[in-house]
Amino acid sequence: MSLDLNSKPRLAAGCRMGENNNQRVLLMPERALRLHGPSLEIVSRCDGKHSVSQIIGELQLLYSKAEPHKVEQDILGYLDLLQKERALDFEAGAV
Amino acid sequence: MPNTVQNPLALVAELTHRCPLHCVYCSNPLELQARSSELSTETWSRVFKEAAEAGVLQADFTGGEPLARPDIVELIRSARAAGLYVSLITSGLPLDEVKLDLLVDAGLDHFQLSFQGAREETANDISGTKSHQHKLRVLEWVKRYRIGLTLNFVIHRQNIDELEEMLVIVKGSGAGCVEFASVQYYGWAFANRERLLPTRQQLDRCVERLKRAEEELQGRTRIVFVVPDYYAKYPKPCVGGWGRKLLLVTPHGEVLPCHAAPVIPGLKFENVKNRSLREIWECSEAFQKFRREDWMQEPCKSCDRRAQDFGGCRCQAMLLTADATATDPVCSLAPQRPKVDAILRQINDHGAQGTGSAAAPITIQSDKIQWLYRPNPS
Repeated sequence: MSLDLNSKPRLAAGCRMGENNNQRVLLMPERALRLHGPSLEIVSRCDGKHSVSQIIGELQLLYSKAEPHKVEQDILGYLDLLQKERALDFEAGAV
Repeated sequence: MPNTVQNPLALVAELTHRCPLHCVYCSNPLELQARSSELSTETWSRVFKEAAEAGVLQADFTGGEPLARPDIVELIRSARAAGLYVSLITSGLPLDEVKLDLLVDAGLDHFQLSFQGAREETANDISGTKSHQHKLRVLEWVKRYRIGLTLNFVIHRQNIDELEEMLVIVKGSGAGCVEFASVQYYGWAFANRERLLPTRQQLDRCVERLKRAEEELQGRTRIVFVVPDYYAKYPKPCVGGWGRKLLLVTPHGEVLPCHAAPVIPGLKFENVKNRSLREIWECSEAFQKFRREDWMQEPCKSCDRRAQDFGGCRCQAMLLTADATATDPVCSLAPQRPKVDAILRQINDHGAQGTGSAAAPITIQSDKIQWLYRPNPS
């Protein structure tokens, strides 16, 4: 599935951020995902306010030593994975 | 030693064995625990705190029927306050709109609603109760809230052919996940096995249909299918490995590595009333028993898959071979696999269908099945 760069991802129903022993986690029905580094940066921006392209832009700044295209591909891949896990809803962006 | 044990991740809180349903495959033990011995609200609250401190992320409230606890709202609130993610695994009975509102308000994260079939007469027969219509009403109410929703269809020979109608319920539900969980043969299901085990043909049809359903529901509802162990080639890593991920607390406070563990003779279970959850997890004899690999026999002992499936399910090994340290006999490499094959042959050779067609001398009766129903404890 190709993601709309203008859409705004937010955590799906039943999914929320949590913390245990100083470790951030994404809690979902029946499962949990440990978040650190880039995955934490991505998920904490899935708030229904940032568009996919804004998330990419902000992470390219944050990881400015990495190749920008590679950062973009990694983010799209990760968002796609979270979508398949039903951890994200995408709200249509403004036209 | 203890500090090499990894943290538990999930707490299964069996809040009560009381239940308005009498499902013929119930995973509760044949000997049910009475209401009078159930843990108090305060003790459960302490258990939730200790669980979170030990590393647990998720609490699955189950039973029996967890809603049978009059303090369910308070229990959800205290588990959330402890920092846990709270799932309610429920039949939806007894529940009304006011109560549901209170549950969500208390912080319930995830509502898992069980279905015994897609047709009213099947579902009511399996649960021994008039429950199906109420479940459909509950589903409509739950849809109004932004909480996690999973539908759980427990499937077996008597309802697996209703899959198409089950998918209609799923599509109208907006659920994030649906589980088609085949009955596994422990407890009440073991007692009713001859009437529950599906035929290979039924199972193949189901798998085929679910492949297409996955595409139809992609991006909306995640489908989880659980194969009946008896038809599997390799065993499942039961509860993610004994004492590796999950612990279960029974209504009166015993801490078990899995719900079926009491079928293994000689295991002593400790109670949350006497010891902290972390100590029980790390040190108790029952959790240590099959945690590592030293108990394994061949072929497990030298098998490449042993770090993947941990030799399968200890309780299944016990039930089918009378030896809890045997390789799970559902494994195609197990010396005792012929026992499972013989059971499957009995089901498949007779061409047994829902109502029993051939003149086969098995326990299916042509009009009404004689189930062994699970009772309600005192």
